[in-house]
Amino acid sequence: MCGTCGCGEDDHITYRKPGENNLLHSHEHHHGDSSHVHAHDHSHDDHGHQHGHDHAHDHSHTHSISLERNILSKNEQLAERNRGFFEGMKIVALNLVSSPGSGKTSILERSIREFGDQLLCAVIEGDQQTLNDADRIHKAGAPVIQINTGNGCHLDALMVNKAMKQLDLKQNSILFIENVGNLVCPSLFDLGETKRVVIISVTEGDDKPAKYPTMFETAHLCLINKTDLLPYVDFDTARFKETALKVNPQLEFITLSAKTGEGMPEWHNWMRKLKA
Amino acid sequence: MHELSIAMQIVEILEEEAKKHDAKTVSAVHLAIGTLSGVEPDALKFAMEEAVRESVAEKAELHYHIIEAVAVCENCCNEFKTDDYFKVCPYCNSLNTSFLKGKELKISSLDIVTNHS
Repeated sequence: MCGTCGCGEDDHITYRKPGENNLLHSHEHHHGDSSHVHAHDHSHDDHGHQHGHDHAHDHSHTHSISLERNILSKNEQLAERNRGFFEGMKIVALNLVSSPGSGKTSILERSIREFGDQLLCAVIEGDQQTLNDADRIHKAGAPVIQINTGNGCHLDALMVNKAMKQLDLKQNSILFIENVGNLVCPSLFDLGETKRVVIISVTEGDDKPAKYPTMFETAHLCLINKTDLLPYVDFDTARFKETALKVNPQLEFITLSAKTGEGMPEWHNWMRKLKA
Repeated sequence: MHELSIAMQIVEILEEEAKKHDAKTVSAVHLAIGTLSGVEPDALKFAMEEAVRESVAEKAELHYHIIEAVAVCENCCNEFKTDDYFKVCPYCNSLNTSFLKGKELKISSLDIVTNHS
């Protein structure tokens, strides 16, 4: 269903690869003009459907249904399908979540350049607009597809399912799913990932886990990026970790800098262990 | 912002249930929302007003049941109420705690109106 107006169409979501001008799936979709009217005439006159009694009689009944159904169950079912595919193909799928500007794409560029061939990386990029990130990943040398969510604030399992079918994923590879930059909404939507990685940069406040706990609670690994800037900012790494561990005692941490390369071997090892 | 997609999921499930039971309309819906579900009840209420338009649930009474979070300590086995993710056990100060309640995001029940007996 469309996330903008709730109409029945698939969505305003596009899936593109770098260098492709035409959308892979263009959904012609108009709001507010007359092209979207579904008129169908419908006549009951000749159905021969009269009831044989003429006293007005309302036959409507109200039933209560106990459902107890999780509202996100559809997304979760599809996420499990994705997860099954990843397991079958021995693909490690990492859902990368963070605020905008934490350096997700820079970490991926450096990872692809340093160990992309060894780890067989592919990338699904999620942003509201533009192919910019996909272009950067393409230049770094990995297969990539860009999902533009339009007004959507997060990726969901269906978007990932559609995107990964166009990526020709290899067995034993790593699939990076770079979520829309947003520390709130993506935490609710399972994509079928193997692990969830939350990224924070030292230019952000070290109280982020207290302010946005859901994201840290659902993550497995936290990358602390831009450590080269530590001398210039007030970020207290120890205090940050302590706060994050209160929310999620199982959370692991790697401090790194996508600029200088510090911490990249640890990040590499963490992924290699998942593949083993 | 994700509340609109949640609202649309709710309406989709209601449409399915109505079809399954051959019902024309849904007259009431009971939603259970945990305080730590990640959904803001007011935002969801606002989104639901839009999402139910021209659906089987357009005229349904919507009931929102807020579920307070309860955690249990794995260390001393005590249960305690909590209103955030810093679920430190008040009895033994352990952080080794997990949620029992408060993350619900579900349709508990619905009333449907059918035209047959």
